[in-house]
Amino acid sequence: MIEIDTTYLIVLGFILLAMIMAIIRVIKGPTAPDRIVGLDTINTFVIIGMVIFGLAVGSVIYIDVAIVYALLSYISTLFIAKYLEGGEF
Amino acid sequence: MLSEIVDIIVYFLLAIGVFFNLLGGVGLLRFPDVYTRLHAETKCTTFGSIFICGSVIIIGLKMWYLGNTDGSVLAIHTAGALLAILITNPTGAHAIARAAHRSGVKPVAAVVDDLEDKPVKKEGKK
Repeated sequence: MIEIDTTYLIVLGFILLAMIMAIIRVIKGPTAPDRIVGLDTINTFVIIGMVIFGLAVGSVIYIDVAIVYALLSYISTLFIAKYLEGGEF
Repeated sequence: MLSEIVDIIVYFLLAIGVFFNLLGGVGLLRFPDVYTRLHAETKCTTFGSIFICGSVIIIGLKMWYLGNTDGSVLAIHTAGALLAILITNPTGAHAIARAAHRSGVKPVAAVVDDLEDKPVKKEGKK
């Protein structure tokens, strides 16, 4: 049976593959909301990748960074959506 | 004995999580519309994230049970990250969909659009 850390690195490779698909959508996207959807997906994959990498390397500090990254990317997504909507803050 | 059973459960959860995350990526590439893309990626990535973070939490609990104190920190912090994902991901998707509809992007091949006639509510200026 494979070592558990190696398995997590393989999982990280698959997450990277999904992230490449999202980057293709960001480049190709016909309208602006398509690109925002791609960016939101990349943010979620980065959070998951940080959690997995923190376990594979064995340091918990990556998971703390992942929590902060989740909250900041949420705020940025809300601001871009509000900008597209064209309302007042 | 117990360690091997826990390892098998962890592999199972990881397989489900990776499958749904990849499905979210493929759906983001293949669907024809903003709303269907949003539908695919939000649900699939949230569901896959639950399973991957669950496997990390189970590994942390196993390390804690075997006497390693770092395991409890790992499990609790991963639960915090999972809670952040669970709160922020659907809310962000709702905001993006609302912004897309109000900025004039129409659904492709939609028969009925119930929100079309409704006037955009103007907020009063101070």
